[in-house]
Amino acid sequence: MTRTLASLAAALLLCAGTAQAGSTITGAGATFPYPIYAKWAHAYNAQTGVKLNYQSIGSGGGVKQIKAGTVDFGASDAPLSAAELKEAGLVQFPMVMGGVVPVVNLGGVGPGRLKLDAATLAGIFQGTITRWNDPAIAALNPGLPLAGAITVVHRADGSGTTWIFTNYLTKVSQRWAGAVGTGKSVSWPVGVGGKGNEGVAAFVTKLSGAIGYVEYAYALQNKMTTVQLKNRGGNFVAPTASAFQAAAAGADWAHAGGFSVVLTDQPGAQAWPITGASFILMHAKQRRPEQGVQVLKFLDWAYRNGGAPAMALDYVPMPAAVADLVRATWTAAIKTQDGAPLWPAR
Amino acid sequence: MARPLTAVDAPETAVAEAASPAAMPAPPAAPRVRAGLMARFGDRAYRGFTATFALGILLLLGSMFLMLWRESGPALDAFGWGFLTSAGWNPVTEEFGALVAVSGTLVSTVIALLVAVPISLGIALFLAEISPRRLRTPLGVAIELLAAIPSIVYGMWGLFVLAPLMSDHVQPALQTVFGFLPLFSGPPMGIGMLTAGLVLALMIVPFIASVTRDVFLMVPTTLKESAYGLGCTTWEVVRDVMIPYGRKGIFGAVFLGLGRALGETMAVTFVIGNAHRLSSSLFAPGNSIASTLANEFTEADGDVYLAALIELGLILFAITFVIIGLAQLWMRRMAGPGKA
Repeated sequence: MTRTLASLAAALLLCAGTAQAGSTITGAGATFPYPIYAKWAHAYNAQTGVKLNYQSIGSGGGVKQIKAGTVDFGASDAPLSAAELKEAGLVQFPMVMGGVVPVVNLGGVGPGRLKLDAATLAGIFQGTITRWNDPAIAALNPGLPLAGAITVVHRADGSGTTWIFTNYLTKVSQRWAGAVGTGKSVSWPVGVGGKGNEGVAAFVTKLSGAIGYVEYAYALQNKMTTVQLKNRGGNFVAPTASAFQAAAAGADWAHAGGFSVVLTDQPGAQAWPITGASFILMHAKQRRPEQGVQVLKFLDWAYRNGGAPAMALDYVPMPAAVADLVRATWTAAIKTQDGAPLWPAR
Repeated sequence: MARPLTAVDAPETAVAEAASPAAMPAPPAAPRVRAGLMARFGDRAYRGFTATFALGILLLLGSMFLMLWRESGPALDAFGWGFLTSAGWNPVTEEFGALVAVSGTLVSTVIALLVAVPISLGIALFLAEISPRRLRTPLGVAIELLAAIPSIVYGMWGLFVLAPLMSDHVQPALQTVFGFLPLFSGPPMGIGMLTAGLVLALMIVPFIASVTRDVFLMVPTTLKESAYGLGCTTWEVVRDVMIPYGRKGIFGAVFLGLGRALGETMAVTFVIGNAHRLSSSLFAPGNSIASTLANEFTEADGDVYLAALIELGLILFAITFVIIGLAQLWMRRMAGPGKA
C-alpha cells in the first residue's frame, strides 16, 4: 500500500517535472482554423516540446476568453474594429486565409459550370429569385439545363463562414444590406439551416435544386459542385487557392488599423470575391511576458514553416509580405508591463 | 399500498447487528445497548444525510431558476412580455422573440406524442398479454436497448435515412391525399417539423413502452382471470381491466416521454430545418427552443443576444415545470376514487 502510494507520488512529481520542461500555451476561439492550428501545434511540439492547447469554442467565445484573460491568445474569423481593439487593449493580426464557396445540387450541371454574379446570388439568398430558370440566372448561363425550385441552405449555428458570406452580400447588394445585413448569424429570409459545414453539405447533397455555402476545404474534400462567381474586376472566377491569394494580394494590409481587412469583394482580375482571413488576438500589455513570447515564437514558426501543411488542408497561408508587417506590429504593439517589446524574442 | 412493517424494520436491525462487531470489537459488556445507540445515531445521521441530498435537489432547482432569470435580464428588460409573442429573431439588429422556438417545441412534441403513445401502448400490451412467453424477454430487451441509443444517432438516422424517405415517399403521398390542408402544403423537403416529430416519437417509444409494459405486468392475475372467467375477450380485458387499472402508471409513462421530447436537442437539430419562421405547414422547416440553443449559443456575441437565448432556456424550464406540475395534479386527482 505504502509502496503504491510512493510510486504514485513519484509519478506525479515526474509529470510535474515534464510539464515544466515543455511549457504549454493556450488559445481559444474560431472553429474554422482549428484543423490547421492543431496540425501546426503537433509539428511545433515535436520540434520544440512546446504544447498548444487550443479550444475551438467559436469566434465569439474566443473574443470573450481573451478579454477575460483566461487564454494566451484568442482567435476570431470576424475581425474586431480598430476602436474595439483599442478599448479592450488587444492586438489583432491575420493568421491564415480561406474562401467561402457557394455549392449547388443541380442534376446535369457539373462543378464550376454554373455562373452567378453578385446580384443573382443575393437575390437567391433573399428569396427574390426562387426558380433556377429565372431570367437573371439564364442570362448568365446560356445553354445550361436549369429548371426547378431553388432551396436555400444556410448555416443554423453562428459562424465566421456566415459572417464572411453575409459581409460579401452586404457589400454588393443594397437590398441585402438593408434587409438582412452582416452577422455570424442573421435573420435569413428563406431556406433551411444546417448545423456546421457538414450540416449544410448534407442538406445540399440531399435536396435537389439546393444552393448553400461552405468553407472551400469542405467543398473540395466532399467533391461538391462549386460555382463560378463574377468578381469586382468583372471576371468569372472559380474558387481556387490562387484566386484566394489574389484576393489577399490586392488588400491594403498596411493601412488598415488592426489588420481589420475584410477580404470580400476585393479588386484584382483573378480575385475570388468571398475570401476571408482568420485572426489572432493578443493583449497589448502582457501580464505574463514569458507566455506571450512563447505564443509569438509559435506564430512566427507557423508563418515561416506552416505554408505547406496549410495548403495540404486547403487553407491559404498569409503572403510573406503580410507576415513581415505582422512581425513589425508585434514589435510596435505587444509589450511587457514595463513597455519593453516582446518581439524579436531573444 | 401498506407495506408490511416487519419487512422495513428487518434490514435495519440486520445492519445494526452486522455493524456492531466491526465498529466495537473491544468491550464485550452490554453490546446490545451500544449497538442500539449506534443504530439510533446511525439512523439519525442517515436521515440527515439523505435529507441533505433531497433538499439539495430543491436548492439546485431554485438556483437554476434564479440564475436563468438573472442572466436573461437584458432580454427581459429589452422585450418584456413581447418576447413571448414576437416571431422575429434577428441577431443583426438584436431583435428577438420566442414565438417560433416555443411553438416549434410544442408542435414537435405534440406530433411525437400523437404517434408514440398508440404505438407504445400496442407494444406494451403485446409484450404483457399477447406475446408468447419465449418472445417476451428478447423483445423487452430490444426495446430497452432502443432507449439507450444516444440521441445524436437518432438525429443522424433521421437526416440520412428518414428525411430522404419522407421527401421521396411519405410527404408526396400525404400531399396527394391531404394536399388541400395547409398542414401538408409546401415543397416536400424531408426535413422540417413533421420529420422532427417522427424522430422524437421514435425516441420516446421505448420509454413509454417499457414503463407501460411494467404497469400492465403489475395488474393482478386474479383480476384478469376473473374477467376471462366471465367470458371477456382479450380486447375487453385490456380495455376494461388492464387500462383502467394501470391508468396512473400509463400517464406517468406518457409524461416521462413528454419530458424527454420537450428538451431533446441534437436529434431535433438535425432534422427540424433550423429556420426562424412560423409556418402553417408541417413540411416547412422550423426551430425548437433546444435546437436554437444548441445552434446559436457558442457564437452569440452581444449581451442581448446571449440573454435572449438564456431567456429561451428559462421558458423551456417554465414549460417543463408547468406541464409536469399539471400532470402531477391531474394524476393525484385520478388516484382518488377510481384507484384500485
